[in-house]
Amino acid sequence: MTALGVAAAVNAGERTARSVAEDYLDRISKGDGEIGAFNLVLAEEALADADRIDAAVGRGEPVGPLAGVPVALKDNLCTRGIPTTCSSRMLEGWRPPYSATVVQRLRAAGAVIVGKTNLDEFAMGSSTENSAFGPTRNPHDTSRVPGGSSGGSAAAVAAGFAALALGSDTGGSIRQPAALCGVVGMKPTYGRVSRYGLVALASSLDQIGPFGTNVADAAACYEAIAGHDPLDSTSIDQPVEPVGKALTDGVEGLRVGVVAELCGGRPQEAHLAGTDGSAASGVEGVAGDVLSRVQDAAEALEQAGAEVRTVSVPSAVLGLSAYYLIAPAEASSNLARYDGVRYGLRVDAANAAEMNVNTRTAGFGAEVKRRIMLGTYALSAGYYDAFYGKALRARTLMLQEFATVYEDVDVLLCPTAPTTAFELGAKTADPLLMYLNDVCTIPSNLTGHPAISVPFGRGDDGLPVGVQVMGPALSERLIFRVAAALERTAPGDGSTP
Amino acid sequence: MSGRISRDEAAHVARLARLRFSDDELDELAAQLSAVLDHAADVEALDVSGIEPTSHPQPLTDVTRVDEVRPSLERDEVLAQAPSVAEGQFRVPPILGEAP
Amino acid sequence: MSGTPEREGTLADGWELVVGLEVHVELSTATKLFCGCANRFGDEPNTNVCPVCLGLPGSLPVVNAAAVDFAMRLGRALGCEVRPAVFARKNYFYPDMPKDYQISQYDQPTNTDGCLELPDGDVVGIERAHIEEDTGKTTHVGGGGRIHDADHALVDYNRAGVPLVEIVSRPDIRGAEQARTYVRELRAILLAIGVSDARMEEGSMRVDANVSVRPVGSNELRTRCEIKNLSSLRSLGRAIAFEAHRHVDLWSGGERPRQETRHWDEAGGRTTPGRSKEDAEDYRYFQDPDLVPLAPSADQVAAIDAALPVLPAARRAALLAAGAGAVSASDAALLVERDQDALVRTAVAMGADPGLTATRVSNDLAVDDWSRVTPDGLAALIGLEASGQITATQAKQVLAEMVEAGDDPASIAERRGFQAMAGDDLAATVDRVIAGNPDEWQRFCSGDDTDRKKLSGFFIGQVMRSTRGRADGAAVNRLLQEKAGG
Ligand SMILES: [Mg+2]
Ligand SMILES: [Zn+2]
Repeated sequence: MTALGVAAAVNAGERTARSVAEDYLDRISKGDGEIGAFNLVLAEEALADADRIDAAVGRGEPVGPLAGVPVALKDNLCTRGIPTTCSSRMLEGWRPPYSATVVQRLRAAGAVIVGKTNLDEFAMGSSTENSAFGPTRNPHDTSRVPGGSSGGSAAAVAAGFAALALGSDTGGSIRQPAALCGVVGMKPTYGRVSRYGLVALASSLDQIGPFGTNVADAAACYEAIAGHDPLDSTSIDQPVEPVGKALTDGVEGLRVGVVAELCGGRPQEAHLAGTDGSAASGVEGVAGDVLSRVQDAAEALEQAGAEVRTVSVPSAVLGLSAYYLIAPAEASSNLARYDGVRYGLRVDAANAAEMNVNTRTAGFGAEVKRRIMLGTYALSAGYYDAFYGKALRARTLMLQEFATVYEDVDVLLCPTAPTTAFELGAKTADPLLMYLNDVCTIPSNLTGHPAISVPFGRGDDGLPVGVQVMGPALSERLIFRVAAALERTAPGDGSTP
Repeated sequence: MSGRISRDEAAHVARLARLRFSDDELDELAAQLSAVLDHAADVEALDVSGIEPTSHPQPLTDVTRVDEVRPSLERDEVLAQAPSVAEGQFRVPPILGEAP
Repeated sequence: MSGTPEREGTLADGWELVVGLEVHVELSTATKLFCGCANRFGDEPNTNVCPVCLGLPGSLPVVNAAAVDFAMRLGRALGCEVRPAVFARKNYFYPDMPKDYQISQYDQPTNTDGCLELPDGDVVGIERAHIEEDTGKTTHVGGGGRIHDADHALVDYNRAGVPLVEIVSRPDIRGAEQARTYVRELRAILLAIGVSDARMEEGSMRVDANVSVRPVGSNELRTRCEIKNLSSLRSLGRAIAFEAHRHVDLWSGGERPRQETRHWDEAGGRTTPGRSKEDAEDYRYFQDPDLVPLAPSADQVAAIDAALPVLPAARRAALLAAGAGAVSASDAALLVERDQDALVRTAVAMGADPGLTATRVSNDLAVDDWSRVTPDGLAALIGLEASGQITATQAKQVLAEMVEAGDDPASIAERRGFQAMAGDDLAATVDRVIAGNPDEWQRFCSGDDTDRKKLSGFFIGQVMRSTRGRADGAAVNRLLQEKAGG
């Protein structure tokens, strides 16, 4: 049953929220031992919430658009009184004294929170192997990673442990695991969803977004969490356009651009109508089967009446480099506060500075330390201009080029991830190899634009492939609409493991 | 391994970040960070003349709040999360240096 | 080396003092800079804290509009250009800083390029006045509270996130006394525009001094030392004087000062070395991505200008003009500082003698509550004194009663039976006093100006005593001079 199906049934009194919660909790208790999607299952709390909703339904009170829908939260979203770990030893056992804005909004919409999901420590990673509490496995093939950093949330939805989930996306951390797990994952426009209560990785890039088994569910979840929040200075103070009704509008007449540089840099092999033959250099390493699915998706849109062409955004290839300077720089500062003084882990020492060092050395995992080192270096005197300063200018260049391309097309199409889900351990030895996973998703984070990954067929290995639809700022309704069109034409069923 | 970052530089950065590494770890980190910086050579080589930096994708300005008192947290709830507490305050080992 | 303890006085010949001050001022907003916690001094520790000012994971700052307004008001009062500004993070670890970075302004501060005019007419340039957040408060426990011997430390975050403006002067200050004058003047401005209570003792105004010396006539800037956290005007003056002498000694002896921060040891009367600038922090400043820029419009700045009160310098000028040369600059400064300039100006406008009014108020109205003294009451009092109807001593007593009871001076004088002595009575009393102190009189007649001044004080005092203050001091002095023959 879809999330919207659950909400409709609960609202209509056809199903109790409790019975829904019990179903999902049952699946979790039977299946999560193998998958490891959850850091914490909130069985008691979920049942109590479900009972409250059922009581309200019984009294004839409105219970919200997500009434009784089981939702999983990435464990970097603060939940008052409930442990919030970021999958780090540093925050093990920490119970925040407040809840994230999105958590409050989900509850207000009637959602039932079933647990906190695993992630790469502090959301740094693309495989959910960097968790201090062990990896999450891909429900389609448990020898494979679910992607990351929101791998727990993606796996939870793919495995049927939750109807919806929230993740956070700083360089692709919602979209890439969505692609690898065969579910829908969406990153809203920067500022569209409040970051208040999301434990920060890179503040100028982080956005919270939904996972669902289908586009309509993800859209409903997005609608529930989006909107202005006075507690977040970067929150957009504009009304949220309703998305749901637009999903069936189709793509007739829409102009779709396939980004040459994000399709392995081989536009001539894309065999697409309107290929302009540009010989732009592109990102490396996008697998042939993934590229084929992107071509299939482009053709499907064309058949549905869209006008498809290849477009060039040369600076898109700078994204990865710019990202791996900007994000660690911000992260190095955001993660300074884990010093053993006010909350979380402390490893004591004879003086406060040594206590800081002991605590941070013991509390952070290798990838977190690596990025703190990289970011500290990039910001330090003597290197700022060469690295951080230049990365900020590369970002300007990307914004300019995307603005230009959006004069000619309405949305852009490209792969979400360069490959299907890879084996656990395959990329852990080489950080750079792991970073390359995010090459297609990063541009939207740097520009702040919305993007969505939707399952579209399978790779040569039979694992799900996701294609990515990107749009200009505040084009959520449009990209959901294109994603829905792709979903209707997708070959087979990519969502069920 | 390009050696863009030396072990000494890595050690200096570690001190700034309040992290401790063994010499072997420092060597490995120096190599890994050098590789990332090598990859960033395209950004480093960028001709940035006439391009303004973008720190933020959001073109907002002047987001402020009115100067009205809001409830603070309960002290017990705050201190319950602290590693060490005394006299209603956060207790830390002796601080050797003055604040900069 | 820390030099010999404190020496006052001017620098050795050929040396000039170069001082710049960094003054941190807590703004008196209702709430903190980035959250809604109360900005209040003296509460139980850690009771005015929330996720934001504790730097809890996931919390985000939102700027207090009043703090920005106060900062811009201060900037305009200092003649600064108010500009588009961004908040930056200054990264360093310290337990009293919840996020282990301070949100401040770096290369784009709100206020730049102003100046502050001192009462003597000298002008000190203001480089910038930027907004930043305060840290929490650390108490070192054990070892007598001294930082190096402490057993542990306790941190209270009530002050963390309180809005500050840091006012950075140019190195235009040339003396310890001028530094004190600068701080006093800055304080007067802060009080006048109502943005801070500016109390050094309570820490709501904190001063760091950058001190160096150079040969007179040179424009160079030599190695400077930063003296941190001077907690009174007295310490400020003493510390700068000490440090200046230390530098002159070093340079004169062929050595050079080390660039470092130093601490003022109030009891020892000396500065002691602190952190060397060689191991200075690398603060890794960058724009805070959680906050958006401030972009004050021309209208906003114009509205601030329109709402600024008349500032101390202009008030002093107005008072001096009203006094037409009879009011001293120091009296004018004091009267403005005590907010008594309007009282004096109005009394003068009503016809009171300007010099006498200024003297009487500055000398004899140094009380907290002088609300019962009205301009026309004051003018009437000065009229009685100036016309010789009552003596200076009597005028002081009448004024004291006006402060207490608010009655009009004529009735007070009448009730007390005050009237100045008639001329003959006074002359007789003076003769009696001279006869009773022949030695002093001898010295008075033969001594130089200094002796004569000293001894006239003695004789006036004697006359006052025997007349119970009914004599007019000025008249006594006149008689003495006449009798001594000029
Ligand atoms: Mg400062
Ligand atoms: Zn607060």
